[in-house]
Amino acid sequence: MRAGLGDLVPMTPMTALARWAPAVALAAAFCVPALGSRFYTFVANDVVIWALFATSLNLLVGYTGLVSFGHAAYFGIGAYTTGLLMKKAGVSFLLAFPAAGGLAGAFALVFGFFCVRLTRIYFAMLTLAFAQIVWAICFKWNEVTGGEQGMPEIPYPDFGWLERLGAAVPAVAGWRTAEYYYFLTLVLVALCLWVLRRIVGSPFGRILTTIRENPERAEFIGVNVRRYELAAFVLAGVFAGLAGGLFGIFNRGVFPDFAYWTKSSEVLIMTLLGGMGTFFGPGIGALALILLNQQIVSYTEYWPLVLGTILVVLLFGFPGGLAGAAIALWQRARRRLRGA
Amino acid sequence: MLEVRDLHKAFGGFAAVGGVSLTVAAGRVTAIIGPNGAGKTTLFNLITGHVRPDAGRVLFEGRDITGLAPHDVCRLGMGRSFQRTNIFPRLTVFQNVQAAFISHRHRGRDLFTPVDRLYQDETRALLDSLGLLDRSGEMSGFLSHGAQKQLELGIALASEPRLLLLDEPTAGMSAVETRDTIRLISRIAGERGLTLLFTEHDMDVVFSIAQWITVLHQGHVIAGGTPAEVRRDPEVRRVYLGDRR
Repeated sequence: MRAGLGDLVPMTPMTALARWAPAVALAAAFCVPALGSRFYTFVANDVVIWALFATSLNLLVGYTGLVSFGHAAYFGIGAYTTGLLMKKAGVSFLLAFPAAGGLAGAFALVFGFFCVRLTRIYFAMLTLAFAQIVWAICFKWNEVTGGEQGMPEIPYPDFGWLERLGAAVPAVAGWRTAEYYYFLTLVLVALCLWVLRRIVGSPFGRILTTIRENPERAEFIGVNVRRYELAAFVLAGVFAGLAGGLFGIFNRGVFPDFAYWTKSSEVLIMTLLGGMGTFFGPGIGALALILLNQQIVSYTEYWPLVLGTILVVLLFGFPGGLAGAAIALWQRARRRLRGA
Repeated sequence: MLEVRDLHKAFGGFAAVGGVSLTVAAGRVTAIIGPNGAGKTTLFNLITGHVRPDAGRVLFEGRDITGLAPHDVCRLGMGRSFQRTNIFPRLTVFQNVQAAFISHRHRGRDLFTPVDRLYQDETRALLDSLGLLDRSGEMSGFLSHGAQKQLELGIALASEPRLLLLDEPTAGMSAVETRDTIRLISRIAGERGLTLLFTEHDMDVVFSIAQWITVLHQGHVIAGGTPAEVRRDPEVRRVYLGDRR
């Protein structure tokens, strides 16, 4: 599952635009609740969490060259972890959130240990198998997970401190709980994305790309390929777990379908749609897919058909995804400007 | 430096390597020649840990390395280039070599330092000695075949090997590229005091730089010696060189 040279997208076109775009996007995201629509804030919150989930998957798909069909397992584990801790054990979000990443990472370590022993399609199938096991456990273990009915009414984190802060800083005062939660999500996801960005730009990240490009050669520059693949798998699991932890609270409930294979395929589609060749591509894919879904569903019940068509066009016309296509356009425009 | 003792490897009943023993003396340029299917590449794969032998031992600098994983063999000071060019195509020329430095110097576990600043000087110096410095920003997959082979050599050298195994270093090259590549390899081997072990189908190349030649035929060593001795060997002439002279 390696892209050919023809699909080549430069991995890091560091222009001034690329450097400032994340900050601008973050600032814009902070302004969404000010539009005054609960619906917009809801959609934005959804997008932000999925963006983290998709970016975590891209650490495997885009950087290490491992296609996982079961990434939802870690999302689901994270969601159940925060859900159970906050609802049944009354643990504060401050502990329940990192616990989601920790437990998802621990499961990724165990599952990944077996998965990285296989390659390509066998790797993908084994990740899927483990994810289905996780789903089945969530679905059947009534006493703990609530089984098929899931676990509704996960409490929000305590925002009392923000309201007290609001007494001093007027900008902080007067938001609804869902909006406070959105701000919190935004800050945490931004932090996670920053860490992920550091990771892919680190020596570790560079070694991952050598594995993506050529595992045989990577072995013979002294890279223990399996160990690095496992490390990437665990890191991807941790961040998927954190995204899941945020999502369960946002969704006001945790359900077994969080770990179902359709969720895994959804996040994989986001990654492809946005472009796995770039760091922010999967986030853009999350935004595009969720907005498209909202829009098209209101016109037609054949949303999957439309989505399929879009994907086919994209994969053949723009193998670098939306982000890849945007970069290519930008570079062409700049060349033309310079030439003129 | 390298000692191979009675190495055996069969693939589904076919004995690709059937009891090969050979010694590579430190500092000597050793060539392994033989017709297609003689077991040259398999022998390399057995030495570097890519394939496990059925029987026999591989000793590197007196240490038994039989059955070690390739990444461990590499870390012990053995470098390798592959018959089919083996680079990281969607990384730049610079990143290809830099990645090898990162791995060799155990920086791969570093999750937080920006990678772009690492090993700038080392990478540049190595690319310069290969004549690839002015192409360091190019995507390596777009280089010509000859340049990719040179880059592959650079990747191998970044691991600072003492023994370098080259599998058909001039495969698929034009006459000019072949001459340049051989010159480059000899110069670098001399500068770094490398021991070279290579396979090659081009006899002119072999007899021009090898100091010791081992001849493989159907998985067995049929001769070994200096180029002059091998050239005179009647068995070698019969199975291999005969049709050429």
